[in-house]
Amino acid sequence: MILEKLSNAIGISGDEGDVRAVVLEAIQEHVDEFKVDTLGNLLAFKRGTGRNRLRVMLAAHMDEVGLMVVDHDKDGFLQARTVGGIDPRLLPGALFHVGPERIPGVVGVKPIHLLKEGEGEKVSKIESLAVDIGAKSKDEAKKLAPLGTYAAFATQFRELGTTVSGKAFDDRAGCAVLVELLRGERFRFDLHAAFTVQEEVGLRGAQVAAYAIEPDCAFALEGTIADDTPKEKEGSPTTELGQGPAITVMDRSVISDRRLVRLLTGAADELDIPYQFKQPGIGGTDAGAIHLAREGVPAVTVAVPCRYIHGPAALLSLKDFDNTVRLMRESLSRLTRRTLKL
Amino acid sequence: MEVIPLLKQLSETSGLSGFEGPAREFLRQTWQPFVDEMREGKLGSLIALKRGSGDEPRPKLMLAAHMDEIGLMVTGIEKGFLRITRVGGTDRRVLLGLEVTVHGERDLPGIVAARPPHVLPAEERKKTVPWTKLFVDVGLPAEEVERLVSVGDTISIQREMTELKNRRVAGKAMDDRACVAVITLALEQLARMQHAWDVFAVATVQEETGLKGATTAAYGVAPDLAVALDAGFAEQPGVSEAGVFPLGEGPSIGIGPNFSPGLVARLKKVAEAHEIPYHIEPTPGDSGTDAWAIQISRAGVPTALISLPIRYMHQPVETLDVKDVERTVRLLAVFVAGLEENFLEKLAWNTTTEGVDKQ
Repeated sequence: MILEKLSNAIGISGDEGDVRAVVLEAIQEHVDEFKVDTLGNLLAFKRGTGRNRLRVMLAAHMDEVGLMVVDHDKDGFLQARTVGGIDPRLLPGALFHVGPERIPGVVGVKPIHLLKEGEGEKVSKIESLAVDIGAKSKDEAKKLAPLGTYAAFATQFRELGTTVSGKAFDDRAGCAVLVELLRGERFRFDLHAAFTVQEEVGLRGAQVAAYAIEPDCAFALEGTIADDTPKEKEGSPTTELGQGPAITVMDRSVISDRRLVRLLTGAADELDIPYQFKQPGIGGTDAGAIHLAREGVPAVTVAVPCRYIHGPAALLSLKDFDNTVRLMRESLSRLTRRTLKL
Repeated sequence: MEVIPLLKQLSETSGLSGFEGPAREFLRQTWQPFVDEMREGKLGSLIALKRGSGDEPRPKLMLAAHMDEIGLMVTGIEKGFLRITRVGGTDRRVLLGLEVTVHGERDLPGIVAARPPHVLPAEERKKTVPWTKLFVDVGLPAEEVERLVSVGDTISIQREMTELKNRRVAGKAMDDRACVAVITLALEQLARMQHAWDVFAVATVQEETGLKGATTAAYGVAPDLAVALDAGFAEQPGVSEAGVFPLGEGPSIGIGPNFSPGLVARLKKVAEAHEIPYHIEPTPGDSGTDAWAIQISRAGVPTALISLPIRYMHQPVETLDVKDVERTVRLLAVFVAGLEENFLEKLAWNTTTEGVDKQ
């Protein structure tokens, strides 16, 4: 499945080329035109079959969180900082691929045997950690991983049965949904697909893509947080695996357009497609930038629930993935100018 | 035998304390061409005998490295998620997000899980996740998990060995499979060398949970002399205290009450004669290794410890320098080959009323 290739590709914010190549290979025979814009967004166009066609933007971001090399120490260890948000609790013991040559690098902490009392309870900040690529001197480290070199979690996609795991499901899951939609039948409207860059560092790609596309409405396709491990008190504002696509009603970046939310829930109810709401307050997506483009764009986010995003290995349900593709296709088939009437 | 492929195979094979089966089976096959006899101790240690060339009854040397590794165990199942505890000194700080293998009815891939940081209070995000809030997720429906997994099933870390630059490698179970590799490679070298003593190569079990295999195997072997090999601490960022040695500068030889002074002196002499670099590791008490148990087996065994420096001990990225492995192999092989039949006599304590021990 395309998600496997997308997940195994490396594309940290600002360096999305490998992912773009995978997407392009998957879609180029299914679109009428495509171009790569100034920032590196891949913008693809698939003409609609109707008359007086709407311009509909579907966006998914290609970039993932990772590390960047910012210094080298005298013994050859790399100092790194995060690109986008990585929970520092995830770093000790992790394996990274450093730079385009994918040089393996490991992050370790002080052995448990040597800890002072209480020391193990504190989470190490990234400033006190180092990436070890086996270099023995500052010069060697500099040569192998110059300043600005990116490092990505070294995780291979795995099938676990009805679920799959891998890195960067935020947002390669969204990219995969968008690829599936492009590979299908034409819609009545003109479909403007934007595989965006730099979402994780501030929705940068989506902003310029939305300006260029000038859409009538937009859907951001995402992989979003699932929080369904056992907890002291049940309930979470996020999502649960297996309960269907998550429709965002409001997050820190956008209040979703109610007409588009109704379009989605209407189609889901009619066809018995399971769905869930991602409740207000957590996260932000490309929809946050897109809805402010030019004079404004009605926008909504639809996401595949993913456990453990922004970590070495996320996990999603293939049923949720399929239902997200289906919900999007069915909803988009029902989208008309009337949907957007105020 | 190629060193790196052997290290890879040994590091990636699973064998948690008490569940060393896969590691033992691999070693049984690997050691077979180099030894005369093999048997299993009653707790599962693998005991191999390579006969010496001296006159019978020959003295017995025991070489011990532990084949068990640290890991996790299932303590409960909740909503399809596994509650876990540790087997051996597993470090909670490295678990979150880690890929693991659950040894249930069949091996199941899984991920160590906790709630995402976004929903946690700021204070909780700054603390290492407690055991009660860590789970293993195998990504299967709850009823299937109930069918495939039981309380008491073990969980091993799933991490391929990785080659870093400068012939350094990182893997999940270098403590102590790297020393198991040392014994394996030394046996291979000894196959081409003469040695007077009977050599008992022992891959011990349950070291991480209290030196159980070494205790029982030493009783079974009843050696006259023993050398244990274990992982020692290598320098890494933030760790450079006493007893920690640089990577790539050879093994260290322990000195202190756990060790026979005469045997230590011999190891040093052999290292120097063969220009093998080494460090002396002062060990004021419990060495925390198989040597601690072997020393007091039966009526007592003169024992030494050779430590192989490893960074990030008890983490999935235990890192070593292959050159250190090769040097330790050489040291062990030439030491064994050089043991004269009457070496034990040289270890005799001073029994006169004057002077000090001069072992």
